[in-house]
Amino acid sequence: MFSKILIANRGEIACRVIRTARRLGVHTVAVYSDADAQSLHVEMADEAVHIGPSPVGESYLRGDRIIAAALSSGAQAIHPGYGFLSENPDFVDQVVATGLTFIGPSAASIRAMGLKDAAKRLMEKAGVPVVPGYHGEAQEIVLLASKAREIGYPVLIKARAGGGGKGMRRVEHPDDFSEALSSARREAKAAFGDDRVLVEKYVDKPRHIEVQVFGDNFGNAVHLYERDCSAQRRHQKVIEEAPAPGMTPALRKAMTEAAVKAAKAINYSGAGTIEFIVDASQGLKADRFWFMEMNTRLQVEHPVTEMVTGTDLVEWQLRVASGEKLPKEQGEIALNGHAFEARIYAEDAAKGFLPATGTLHHLKFPQAVPEGASMRIETGVRAGDAISPYYDPMIAKLVVHAKDRPAALEALGTTLSQTEVAGSTVNTAFLAALAADPDFRAGDVDTGLIARHQQPLTDVAPPTGEIVAAAALAASDAGSLPSSNDPWSSLAGYAHFHGMARRTRLKFGEDDIGARISVRPDGRFQVALDAPYDNTNSHDLRAIPRLARWPGHVTVFDGAVGYTFTAPDPLARSDDAAAASGSLRAPMPGLVKLVRAAKGDVVARGQPLLILEAMKMEHTITAPHDGTIAEIAAEGSQVSDGTVLVRFVEEPNASSGAGV
Amino acid sequence: MATLQTQISPSSETFRANAERMRALVADISEKASAVERGGSEEARERHISRGKLLPRERLAQLLDIGSPFLEIGQFAAWSMYGEEISSAGMIAGIGRVEGTEVMIVVNDATVKGGTYYPLTVKKHLRAQEIALQNNLPCIYLVDSGGANLPNQDEVFPDREHFGRIFYNQANMSAAGIPQIACVMGSCTAGGAYVPAMSDETIMVRNQATIFLGGPPLVKAATGEDVSAEDLGGADVHTRLSGVADHYALDDEHALAICRRIVKNLNRNKTVSLNLHKSTPPLHPADELYGIVPTDLRQPYDVREVIARLVDGSEFDEFKQNYGTTLITGFAHLHGMPVGIIANNGVLFSESAVKGAHFIELCCQRRIPLVFLQNITGFMVGRKYEAGGIAKDGAKLVMAVATARVPKVTVIIGGSFGAGNYGMCGRAYSPRFLWMWPNARISVMGGEQAATVLAMVKRDGIERKGGEWSAEEEAKFKKPILMKYEHEGHPLYSSARLWDDGIIDPAKTREVLALSLSAALNAEIEDTRFGVFRM
Repeated sequence: MFSKILIANRGEIACRVIRTARRLGVHTVAVYSDADAQSLHVEMADEAVHIGPSPVGESYLRGDRIIAAALSSGAQAIHPGYGFLSENPDFVDQVVATGLTFIGPSAASIRAMGLKDAAKRLMEKAGVPVVPGYHGEAQEIVLLASKAREIGYPVLIKARAGGGGKGMRRVEHPDDFSEALSSARREAKAAFGDDRVLVEKYVDKPRHIEVQVFGDNFGNAVHLYERDCSAQRRHQKVIEEAPAPGMTPALRKAMTEAAVKAAKAINYSGAGTIEFIVDASQGLKADRFWFMEMNTRLQVEHPVTEMVTGTDLVEWQLRVASGEKLPKEQGEIALNGHAFEARIYAEDAAKGFLPATGTLHHLKFPQAVPEGASMRIETGVRAGDAISPYYDPMIAKLVVHAKDRPAALEALGTTLSQTEVAGSTVNTAFLAALAADPDFRAGDVDTGLIARHQQPLTDVAPPTGEIVAAAALAASDAGSLPSSNDPWSSLAGYAHFHGMARRTRLKFGEDDIGARISVRPDGRFQVALDAPYDNTNSHDLRAIPRLARWPGHVTVFDGAVGYTFTAPDPLARSDDAAAASGSLRAPMPGLVKLVRAAKGDVVARGQPLLILEAMKMEHTITAPHDGTIAEIAAEGSQVSDGTVLVRFVEEPNASSGAGV
Repeated sequence: MATLQTQISPSSETFRANAERMRALVADISEKASAVERGGSEEARERHISRGKLLPRERLAQLLDIGSPFLEIGQFAAWSMYGEEISSAGMIAGIGRVEGTEVMIVVNDATVKGGTYYPLTVKKHLRAQEIALQNNLPCIYLVDSGGANLPNQDEVFPDREHFGRIFYNQANMSAAGIPQIACVMGSCTAGGAYVPAMSDETIMVRNQATIFLGGPPLVKAATGEDVSAEDLGGADVHTRLSGVADHYALDDEHALAICRRIVKNLNRNKTVSLNLHKSTPPLHPADELYGIVPTDLRQPYDVREVIARLVDGSEFDEFKQNYGTTLITGFAHLHGMPVGIIANNGVLFSESAVKGAHFIELCCQRRIPLVFLQNITGFMVGRKYEAGGIAKDGAKLVMAVATARVPKVTVIIGGSFGAGNYGMCGRAYSPRFLWMWPNARISVMGGEQAATVLAMVKRDGIERKGGEWSAEEEAKFKKPILMKYEHEGHPLYSSARLWDDGIIDPAKTREVLALSLSAALNAEIEDTRFGVFRM
C-alpha cells in the first residue's frame, strides 16, 4: 500500500478519497486553486499544495503543476477523482513517466475507450452487443440512407464528435432522411467543426443502465452489479440507484457478462463503468441492451454500488493501483438491499436547471434516517462556503440504503425533506418531487421521464400563510430579545390597554408582503399578514419552524422546499445614502482630470468616473451605484470642496422606499 | 415567608356586582384609550401617510424591540381640555426597550394639530424628562412638531416649567451622562430646533425633516430671501453642511434603524444591586381584583386581598401586624424584586402614621423600593386625636415619605383625599411613577364632606342674620358641589392634567408595578437622609 498519495481533485470526491486513505493509514496531499484555499478538502488533507488561480484551466487541469506538487510532497501516487484529468491518457503517460503511479486504468485502456465509434467497434469485436448502427468513415448520403434502412427506422443521426444533443436528429421515415441529415451536419459543423455523423437505431423508452466493473493488474475482472441512471435532465444524472428497478436475472446475467467481457477485452485495471442503453418499451429483455460507452474512472454515483455490495471502491482502487489483487472474487460479491443517490445541486430547477452560485449561509444535512435504513452524505462544502462559478455546482450527494426499493425510496424522501440549504437556489424540492413521482416510484423510468414530467416536478406550491408568517417573524428579529427574569424581558408586549404591532415588509420573488407582528401576553407572537396571503387570520407561532436567517434574507423550509424571502435590512441601505442626494461632490478642492464618462452614460456601481487631483494625490471618483449620468464636471476644471462633480438622473424608485 | 390567605368568595353576590362595575369602568377607559391612540383626524392621518411617513405609533413600534413592553405615560393628557380633542396632548411618551436598553421615548404626533405644543404637551414632555432623569433612562425624541401652539403661547413659552425647560433638561441630562437622541422626522421649527441641536446624536429624514430657527415665510419676510424648506434646513444641509444633524436617513424606517444602532452603541449596562429572587406568580388570579374592590369607596375591605394578587407567590411578611392596623406594611417580592409595601386599610391614626414612618426608615436603610397602595380618606379627626398629636405623627409619615430616596411607586386604588394623599406619597412627593385605577377619586376631601362643610358655613351665615334655610334648599345648594367634586375627582380629570402618569387596568397592576420598579432600578439607589422628625 502507498504511504502517501496526492488527490488531483476537489470537492466531495477529494474528501471521499481522503476518508478512505486515512482509514487505510495513507497520508493525503490535496491540491487547490485560489478559490479553494479554505475548502473542506484542503482542511481534511494532511498536506495541501496550491496549484494556481481559480479557473480550472489554470489549476485542476494543469497536469504539470499537479505532478510537480506530487513530486515535491513526496506522494507516490495520484488519485484523479472524476472529471478534470481522470480520463486524460496524456496525463497518465506523464504521471507514469515521472515514476509515480496513476490510480486508475492505463493510458492505453483510456485511449481505447476514448473515441465512441472506435470503442463500439472494439466491443463489437469482443462480442458485446452494441446499438445497431453505422459508425464507418464513408459519409455519402446514399450509403448512410441505405445503412439506415438496414438498421431499421426509427433511426438516430448523431455527430461523431458529438455530445449534448448537438447534431442529433431522430428520423421516423426514410423520406425525411436526407433533410435530417443535412441539418444534423450543419449543426455538427457549427458545434464541433466536424460534420461527420453516425447512424444508430433509435431506442424507444431508453433506460440508462450501467455496470460497475473492476480489474486488476493480474488479468482479473469482476462486476459489482448494475446501477440505473435513467433519471436524467439535459443528459445529466440526478438520482441514481442500484440495483436497476425491474431488473431480470436474465438481463443482469447478460449485461454483467458483457461488461466483464468488455473490461477484459482491454485488460482493464481499476474502477470502470460500462454504460448500456436498454430498450424498456417491452420491459427489460436480455436481448434489448446495447453498449454505449465505457467510463474509465470512478463514477460520481459509485456510492450506490458500495451501499448494495458492502464494498469501498476507493479502497479497491488504492489496493489495485498499489499492486494488490482484487480484494474479492466474483462469487464473494453479493447484492444486498437497494440504494439511491440524489445529487443536490445549486441550480434553479424552475428556470431550466440553470446553475446557481452563492454562499451556503445555512447548510444542514439530515440527522436521522428511518429505522432499518442507512445514509451517507458525500459533500465537499461546509456552511459558509461559496458555490463559485468556476466549478461544478454540486453541493452534496445524499445516499441512502434500505432493505428494498420502497424502503430506500422512503428514506430518500425523508432525508431530502430534512435537508436545509440557504444562500443559493438548490434542487432539493425537485429531487423530492422526483422521488415522489408515481412513475419513478413504480420503477417505470426512462431517460425521458424528467422531461415529460418537468412541469409538475419543478412547480413549487406558493408559500402558505404559515410559512410567510414565519418568515416575517424571523425577518423582524423577534427572537433576538435576550430572555431574562427582568420584567422588561418577561412581560413581552405589555401595554396599558392595546398592544402595538410592528410592521414588517419582505419580498417573495417579485411580491411585496406586509405583515404586522405583535406579542401576546403569554409571550407568543402573532403575525397578521396583508392580502393576498391572509388578511384576516393571525398565526400563532409557538415553535419557531425550520428556517435560516442570512444576510438580507430568510429561508423557511417546508419539507424539501426552501422558500427564500428577501428581508431588506434598512441599515444596509445607508450605503446608498451618498447616492440619495443624487450627486457626487468633491471631497476637497482639486483639479478634475481624466473624465471617463459623459452625460447620458449608464454607469455601474464602482465604475471610475473621473480623477480628482488634490493635495498632490489622485483620487478616483467611482459611481456609488448604478445609474445614468445627468451631469459631470469638465476635465481640467478647478473645483472647491463640496462642488458637485457628478449628478445622477433621479430614479423615482430609488428615492421613495418609504414604508406604509 | 407568610402566605396571604383569601377570604373572598368569587361566587358571592357582592363580588359579582363589584366585578361587573369594575369591568365596565375598565371597558370605558379602554375604549377611550383606543380613541386617543388613533391620534388626529382620519384626514390628518391620511395626509401624514401620503407623505411617506409612518404614523407615530408605527414609528414607536418600529423603534422598540419586538415584544418590548411599553409603559406609556400621560395617555389621557389634555383629555377634554381644549374644546377639541388633542389626543394624548399630541405626543406619545413612555418607556420601552430598544436594543435591550430601557429608554424614555417621546414621539410628537403631527396628526394632532401639527404636533404643536399645547400647555399639557409641554407638561407631558417635561414629565417624561423628569422620569428619564430620576431613573437614568436615555431619551429618544422622535421629532415631528410645529413647535409652540401659538394661540396658547402665554401658557407655553415663558415660565420656568414651560418650553425652555425642555432644553434645560436636555443639557442637564446630557451632563449627567443620560444620552439624548433626536430623530427628526418632520418639522422642527424655531425653539423646537433646539431638541435636535441639544441632543448628543441626531438623525434627519430626507425630504421630511427640517430644522431651522426661522422657516421660509419668516426668512422671506425678514430678508426677502426665497428658499425652500429642504434647502433651508433639510437633512442634506444639516448632515453635510451645518453639522446640526449627524445621520442622514432615507425614510422613517431607515431613521429608526439608525436610532436603534445609536442605542446599541451607548455602552450602557443595567446593574441591579438588589437581591433578586425568581419570579413566581401570585396564588390568586389578578382579575379577582375586579370583584374585591367595593362599588362604594366608603365601604371598607381588607387591602391584603389586593396585595395577595400583586406579589410573588402571594407571600407577604407583615411588619407590626398588630399595631396601627389601619396601615398595612410589609415585605414582599414583585417579579423577583424585593419591595416594601405600604397600604391603607382604613383612616390613618397616630399609630398607623408612626408605623408607616418606621417602615419607610427600614426600607431606606435596606435600599428596598417602596410601593404605596393608596386608598385614604384622611387622618383621624377629633379632640382626642388632635390632643394625641396626630398632626405631629402625620408629619412624621410625611417627612419619611418626602425624604425617602429609594424608588417609590404609588398606585391610587381608591380614594385619595386630603393629607392622606401626602402621607401616602401623592404626586407632590415625587414617586417615580403614580398610577390610578379607574374607580379611584382624588380631591382635597370627599365631595360629601366638602358639600357638608360648605353648607354648614352657609347655614351659619343665614341663621346668624336670622334667616331660615330649608332642607330642600340645602340639598339644592349641595348638589352642584357634589357634582363638581365627582367630576374633578375622576381619574380622567386627573390624568388629563397629568396629576398622575396614567389610568391602568387593576388586573394589570402587578405588571405595571414590575415595569415601573425595574425601570427605576436603572438609577442607582441613593442613601436617604431624613430631616428632623417632630417627636
